[in-house]
Amino acid sequence: MRSFLILLALGSLALMVACGGSGSSSNVTSTITSVTDSCSPSTITYGQTSQCSATVMGTGNFNSAVTWSVTCSTGSCGSISASGLYSAPSSGTVALQVTITATSVQNTTISGSTTVTVNPIQPLNNVAPIIVDSGPTGLNPPSVNVGFVTVKVCVPSTNTCQTIDHVSVDTGSSGLRIVSSVLTIPLPAEPDSSGNPLDECLVFLDGYVWGPVQTADIYVAGEKAAKVPVQVMIPSTSSPPVPSGCSSQSPPGGNGNEGGSVDAFGANALIGVGLFQQDCGPGCVSASPPYPVYYDCPASGCNPTNVTLAQQLANPVASFTTDNNGVLIQLPSVPDGGSLNPTGSLIFGIGTQSNNGLGSATVYPVPDTGNNAGDFTTTFNGTAYPASFIDSGSNGLFFLNMATTLIATCPGNNSGWYCPAMSPDNLTAVNQGTNGIPGPTTNFSIENADNLFNTNNTAFSTLGGPNPGAFDWGLSFFFGRNVFTAIENMSTPGGTGPYFAYNNP
Amino acid sequence: MNILKLAGIGPQNNARILLMSLLLALPLSSWAVLGDTGASVLNDQTLMKGTLRSVDHHTYVVHEITAPSGTVVREFVSPQGAVFGVAWEGQFLPDLQQLLGPYYQQAQQAEQAAAQQAGSQPRQRRAPIVIETSGLVLYETGHVRSFHGQAYLPQLVPQGVETGDIH
Repeated sequence: MRSFLILLALGSLALMVACGGSGSSSNVTSTITSVTDSCSPSTITYGQTSQCSATVMGTGNFNSAVTWSVTCSTGSCGSISASGLYSAPSSGTVALQVTITATSVQNTTISGSTTVTVNPIQPLNNVAPIIVDSGPTGLNPPSVNVGFVTVKVCVPSTNTCQTIDHVSVDTGSSGLRIVSSVLTIPLPAEPDSSGNPLDECLVFLDGYVWGPVQTADIYVAGEKAAKVPVQVMIPSTSSPPVPSGCSSQSPPGGNGNEGGSVDAFGANALIGVGLFQQDCGPGCVSASPPYPVYYDCPASGCNPTNVTLAQQLANPVASFTTDNNGVLIQLPSVPDGGSLNPTGSLIFGIGTQSNNGLGSATVYPVPDTGNNAGDFTTTFNGTAYPASFIDSGSNGLFFLNMATTLIATCPGNNSGWYCPAMSPDNLTAVNQGTNGIPGPTTNFSIENADNLFNTNNTAFSTLGGPNPGAFDWGLSFFFGRNVFTAIENMSTPGGTGPYFAYNNP
Repeated sequence: MNILKLAGIGPQNNARILLMSLLLALPLSSWAVLGDTGASVLNDQTLMKGTLRSVDHHTYVVHEITAPSGTVVREFVSPQGAVFGVAWEGQFLPDLQQLLGPYYQQAQQAEQAAAQQAGSQPRQRRAPIVIETSGLVLYETGHVRSFHGQAYLPQLVPQGVETGDIH
């Protein structure tokens, strides 16, 4: 089109010369006859751009320059640069018809218009169904109060994939971990900086898991985390053997190596969707000597090693391209006595779609570092307990002990659960985050666990047990609430993570 | 329970004097453990590459070791010189097998026996550790990135000390 315009201009000049005009250019009249414009592509989505160009026709030595403008019927129309690059608004929920107008600089009464259609970004399916059932087929003893989702893992950038059911949802950790006997596809190993296999020892509250770090594409609901480190958890009889520096951190009376089998783990895998972007974070990057979390494992044996943040197990949610600032867990109300196999939702993103807004939830910011990272303060009967937290991976509401609650533990060897004489025992507490603002009173009830277990139900809102000195608001607490977990350094409508947020029923 | 006898060896009532007189001469090869003498606190400081702060509470002395990771271990020493309690908190757990000494195995065995007898009862998942026996009390709570634990020997807790202070 440019060459056409030049030819047109030359033609005018030739005509002028041929007519033997008096030669002064000031006497030559130039006119603009039309301006037309077009944009490519003409249909885009919010956040995208379209390049527009104008064709100016005229006579004489006319000025082909144009100015650009955008108009639309409502709201923000986006913007256009001097060179005609149109940028749609970053986000929106309704389709926009944007009129792009090019106006001749020489004659501002002459302009041309075209239309660009801006469509809403087709939202990804951000809902993974949760079921609170008895666990993987044949699990013995059956699971109670664990929420499971289904996750697909693939060899990165291939169609070699495996769908894994009964993946437990854990807001208390970060990263996907798969029991080795469950995994049937050959995920590639993630080597460490020495080119040796990289293994990990992660200590949970009640035991540890051990095994190699491998790389996978993770698909859950409509979301994808591409090429992220995951852990394959192996039994103690496998190679490499569990280093003594790993097992010796594990508390006595816990489960020891709990990732070695489905029965020991209580799930086929675990998806950690907690407050942090990585499972270990800056502490495992440059410690001297390295902490016994990640291990460099040449054939001669495993030794603790430092790793970059990118080499660490990643919170899959933070690795999504969208809906990546946290999660919302929605589980239905469960009556006293429990429910059998209730279903709910693990919803990705906070305030990113119409289904994950904070609504009436109260935000409880938590520290991202220090010895109370991820904790808030729970006040019960006038005493504050600053090492308290929310954790969907805990299968009860674990709090204080008989001396402070006056609730009896169950008799015999079931003393890890509460068996109140008066059941249900209705209680209240107040939670407070680092913003210093106490939230509204939280009501909860505890029932006799022995009686609950006799129902054969799989979900209990009133199942609790002792936890001297702190509150661990486990899955019992989630029923009937919207519980949000916002990831560190991620922006949300409730502020930057990390925080917990929930509403009271 | 031999350890309990060992724990009584501190001849002096003033823990500070005891420590000052013994610390410099100790081999740096082993950890102080629960029930051991408080004299080996410096070993732990060395092993943890930590800084040591000691506070005299009159009825007991707390030696607080802070590792570069921020993990804190507190060792509670009686006037008789016995480590009657330990507490820990942080992202990275200390070596609990060394810190708890023979009590680690004792706690492990007690809990395993209980778990076997509990049989087909639903298992706890990501639950706190709560051990309350006449010889040992041990609690651990927390989650990945933040753990808090404490252990003490009820027989060795000096009179007038609230066990709730062992944290």
